[in-house]
Amino acid sequence: MNSLSILPPVLALGLSPLLIGVIQRTKAVFAGRKGPSLFQPYFDLWKLWRKGAVYSRTTTWVFRAGPVMGLAAVGTATLLVPIGSVAAPLAFAGDLVLFAYLLGLMRFVTVLAALDTGSAFEGMGASREVWVSALAEPALLLALGVVAQGTNALSLSGMFAGLADQGLKMGPALALVLVALLIVVLAENARIPVDDPATHLELTMIHEVMVLDHSGPDLGFVLYGAAVKLWVLGLLIVNTLLPLGTGSATWSLAMALGGMLGLAVVIGAIESVMARLRLVVIPQLLVGAGALAAVALMLGMR
Amino acid sequence: MKMDFLLVLVILTNLRLLAAGRLGASIRVVALQGVLVGLVPVLAPEHGPGWRACVLAAGSVALKGWVIPWLLFRALREAEISREVEPYVGHVTSLLAGLAALGVAFWLNDRLPVLEGTSATLLAPTALFMILSGLLLLVSRRLAVSQVLGFIVLENGVFTFGAGVMPETSLLVEAGVLLDVFAAVFVMGIALFHISREFNHLDAGRLSELKDV
Repeated sequence: MNSLSILPPVLALGLSPLLIGVIQRTKAVFAGRKGPSLFQPYFDLWKLWRKGAVYSRTTTWVFRAGPVMGLAAVGTATLLVPIGSVAAPLAFAGDLVLFAYLLGLMRFVTVLAALDTGSAFEGMGASREVWVSALAEPALLLALGVVAQGTNALSLSGMFAGLADQGLKMGPALALVLVALLIVVLAENARIPVDDPATHLELTMIHEVMVLDHSGPDLGFVLYGAAVKLWVLGLLIVNTLLPLGTGSATWSLAMALGGMLGLAVVIGAIESVMARLRLVVIPQLLVGAGALAAVALMLGMR
Repeated sequence: MKMDFLLVLVILTNLRLLAAGRLGASIRVVALQGVLVGLVPVLAPEHGPGWRACVLAAGSVALKGWVIPWLLFRALREAEISREVEPYVGHVTSLLAGLAALGVAFWLNDRLPVLEGTSATLLAPTALFMILSGLLLLVSRRLAVSQVLGFIVLENGVFTFGAGVMPETSLLVEAGVLLDVFAAVFVMGIALFHISREFNHLDAGRLSELKDV
């Protein structure tokens, strides 16, 4: 482990709200608006963290622990994902499973906190969130499995470093993995076409409705955690897409950051041009993503 | 590599077809698949881009990408049936069944001695997968139009098998098969029209209940 490997978690924690800002700006441009500043998410977080929190009398410590544990889980996940040729500070065989289940833990505590409020709407949102992520998880693990299988490495750092030499050989399988990962990123981060982050009707919300009762610093933790989650999941796509392992560390870092901004623009564009899918069609989309990854796995195993 | 991308696209059209909910979308996907499969003889290394392969490809693309979809859309319009596929087996289940079929195709590819030494290794499994998913579409869909689509997918598989895997198959035979399919779909189109005129539906499940009045 060299001193550079402190960069992946620091960049993730520092730049992830910017990603949200870029998505919002892209959507504003598509809609013909000027849009808020790119740094608006930072201001929002700062505002929330200075406020006090209000807790319902029906809630217990589970409700208070949810946002903190969620942020801690996703913060740990940032230690596992490399950026380009800069290896992650923590890398061991099988850390991709830990990565998937750290995100699972974050979702679990968020769901528990939502159920703890005893609100019917939040229960509904929690049920849908679990339903969506149960369908997205096989796709994520299969997609990571394809990369692991193609590069003969079992840690995220090793996989993406190996991809730099192997990437072109995998060809079509890698293209399938990219599409599957993009669908997983959209579903896991509650983005259109699975969920609409801008909706304000409890009946149609999935992720947002779960956090309605959080306020002040807790809401800040939830929003910040969501941004960091978008960053780490997006980094999987960028690492798969760009041949980042080659060349100097600076160059690959610059490419990875450019790739992340590009991904944010792509997500913003998808949100602007697509409508939300009907709830009954969502399983088809997510199972489809899993199917793509499964096809890629079969292509790789041949 | 070009061939691999083409064949992966063909595999994806099959999966899309198994998950499709609308008849119109299904017909368009089948048309796309016909175009993709038509390009196989040109890219297959056994034939090389000779003029015969090119003529066969052009004929196949024109027939499967344009004429047959047009016939089916016409049948759809005249029969005035609903636009839903109405499967016996749900979309997600058929998608998973398709994945299983793909696994079987890859497994068969390793087992069949006939296929040893084929150069583009994805060709045989793709062809087998197309045959299997064509069968799946034939048995799991309710409407007669979907069954025609399943038949076309099945034939696409046979065509890929012949054009790509078997170098000794003459292109003339392929062209003959193509003509047969055209005739068959033509007849099926007319049959669909007559079925829908006589019984006011195209539900193959209900056709078994026919009896003399």
